[in-house]
Amino acid sequence: MAHLQEAAAKKIIEICDRYANDKTPLMMILSDIQKEYGYIPLEVQELVSEKTGISVAEIYGVVTFYSFFSLTPKGKYVIGVCLGTACYVKGAQQIVDKFSEIIGIKAGETSADGLFTLDALRCIGACGIAPAVTINGKVYPKLTVDAVPKIVAEYRAMEATNND
Amino acid sequence: MAKVNIKIEGIPFEVEAGMTILEAAKRCGFEIPSLCTFQGNECSMGSCRVCLVEATGARGLVASCVYPVAEGMEITISSPKATAARRSSVELLLSNHNKNCQQCDKNGKCELLHVAKITGARDDMYQGEQTPVTVDQLTPSIVRDTSKCVLCGRCVARCKNAHGMGILGFEKRGFNTIVAPAENRSFANSPCILCGQCVSVCPTGALMEVSEISKVDEAMKAGKYVVVQTAPAVRAALGEEFDMPIGSLVTGKMVAALKRLGFKKVFDTNFAADLTIMEEATELLGRIANGGKLPMITSCSPGWVNYAEYNYGDLLPHLSSCKSPHEMFGAILKSYYCEKNGIDPKDMFVVSIMPCTAKKSEKARPELSVNGLPDVDAVLTTRELAKLIKRSGINFVKLPDAEFDNDIVGDYTGAGVIFGTTGGVMEAALRTAAFKLTGNELDKVDMTAVRGFDGIKEASYDLGGTTVKVAVAHGMKNAKVLLDDIRAGKSEYHFIEIMGCPGGCIAGGGQPYVRPCFLPNEDADIMDTFKAKRAAALYQEDASKALRVSHKNPQVIALYDEYLGEPNSHKAHELLHTHYTAKEKFSK
Repeated sequence: MAHLQEAAAKKIIEICDRYANDKTPLMMILSDIQKEYGYIPLEVQELVSEKTGISVAEIYGVVTFYSFFSLTPKGKYVIGVCLGTACYVKGAQQIVDKFSEIIGIKAGETSADGLFTLDALRCIGACGIAPAVTINGKVYPKLTVDAVPKIVAEYRAMEATNND
Repeated sequence: MAKVNIKIEGIPFEVEAGMTILEAAKRCGFEIPSLCTFQGNECSMGSCRVCLVEATGARGLVASCVYPVAEGMEITISSPKATAARRSSVELLLSNHNKNCQQCDKNGKCELLHVAKITGARDDMYQGEQTPVTVDQLTPSIVRDTSKCVLCGRCVARCKNAHGMGILGFEKRGFNTIVAPAENRSFANSPCILCGQCVSVCPTGALMEVSEISKVDEAMKAGKYVVVQTAPAVRAALGEEFDMPIGSLVTGKMVAALKRLGFKKVFDTNFAADLTIMEEATELLGRIANGGKLPMITSCSPGWVNYAEYNYGDLLPHLSSCKSPHEMFGAILKSYYCEKNGIDPKDMFVVSIMPCTAKKSEKARPELSVNGLPDVDAVLTTRELAKLIKRSGINFVKLPDAEFDNDIVGDYTGAGVIFGTTGGVMEAALRTAAFKLTGNELDKVDMTAVRGFDGIKEASYDLGGTTVKVAVAHGMKNAKVLLDDIRAGKSEYHFIEIMGCPGGCIAGGGQPYVRPCFLPNEDADIMDTFKAKRAAALYQEDASKALRVSHKNPQVIALYDEYLGEPNSHKAHELLHTHYTAKEKFSK
């Protein structure tokens, strides 16, 4: 825990205190930390454990159970491909594979330039628009494999413009 | 308690409302095959699906270990649908299980193999994904092998219930789910105290002790002077491994077996327990007289010492500096005993039979050594000793009793015997402290206030005008209450006994497994009574001894006269005392 910077530790304690009166605060705390920092490393889990009395192993279990939580920093753009049953039968696996091929990372990984993270998600509840993909919350309905290169190119172009 | 009327297999019964079907069936004389559930409510997640039955009013088959009975419910255990479902559940578990049963140390006590047999599970019925395997054998104490894990959650529950720690948890999901310390770390770099409580509840071979039988074999083969010592709790449980009733006291048979196994000398660790009392009582009275750190806390339990080092680094000065009894004995054997008998300490190999997995790691601590030689060379659990006896063609139950060796060391008093149960170290220490403070022997040495299984026991004794306030805790969950009080400056005790395992050593992580499915002749409530039965065996031996106070042990007296000088002398400190170091919880 000594590895955590003071400001970060303070913020995490503040987040834990927000839910001090909740009976089951863990999901809320982790969710806020994930949103604030983009990931939840072990040092942070140790601090949450100390504040809540929930064991580190249990917290780690929750973090690794839900794909929403991450142990490592995520890329600037998080591509979530739904692999729920409906999306899967509509060809979501091919879509993951295409993203994977173009960006050069496997599902669950982040590109070396920190631009993209590719997540394979369980059902996101958008079966009516299967196969569904989200990028930083923006939904791409009924996506086809052919549309994938264009989408990646758009984000890369946007990044290039921002950097100019 | 409200009652409900149910039928099991068509027979009407009246049972308590709110009971699970499994429990109700047991009370009514039925035995539904089950696996993951443990001791009623300690762990019941209904995860393994082995106990499926048909119940009216339920949708489909239900897991009887979690489904409650209801008025008018009709339960069917033996229908083709239910029996086939239970068999499938086991077959599915087996499809993701490392089936090297013949080499598995759990063979004979494996509950998965047991339910496989009674449900008639067939081989290789299902083939599918396999969980990636982790085998952690980095600590000297415990092996964790995920290829044997059925994800029942008993170990997770036990670590929490006994210690409030929760070192183990479920991680990841689907076929990748494993039970592990955070980050799937080794026990070696997580704050595990290595007590082995998780081992003692694991239904399969996923959690077991690290066997040291081969080390003993090698020492024997190399012609070393191999001596053995046995902890008090071992004699109160070893018989169970040979189908003797729980609570059988088998001191004589155990000694006879060890002699047949070829150990040069068979000593009782109790001798060193008496020695510990001399050192510890002197240390305590010294601290009281000289304003030393109080309360003083016992240090015999290596699980507790590990816990203190991980969690209460600031309170380490409260721990008695005494080594644990078997370490003291090792040190005395490799110094005093060797000198007296002309043995080169390098040729001596000290084996400790312990009810404990943490003792295996304890003996590897570099500070527990004498002249560069480890005090103790190998630690076997009670279960490992049973294996050694079984493989050597010894009919344990028929053995004639034999006596411990006690040429110049080895004699013991009743005070040493009760070290094996919660409150025992305290009682033994008080017996001697009373004498030291008053100069008179106690009329009655039994101190019942510190006996029994309450999580925290406290008592106050007037010893020759000095009021000594004491407390006893077992299981780290209970210990934490006392420790937090010390930290907050609120503790009024002089002396605290802490043992790692709930119940003390009699229920240690190295003791024979207590599993109702393998104990058809024990009472239905054996899970609730086995600790008391084992403890009673120790109190029985204590009561049977002519000498029941440590300071009257003639060989301990001779040891001080001839070698150590007096308790807490320079020489005693060199051989019998140690120190502790705060540890980082999750080291890199």
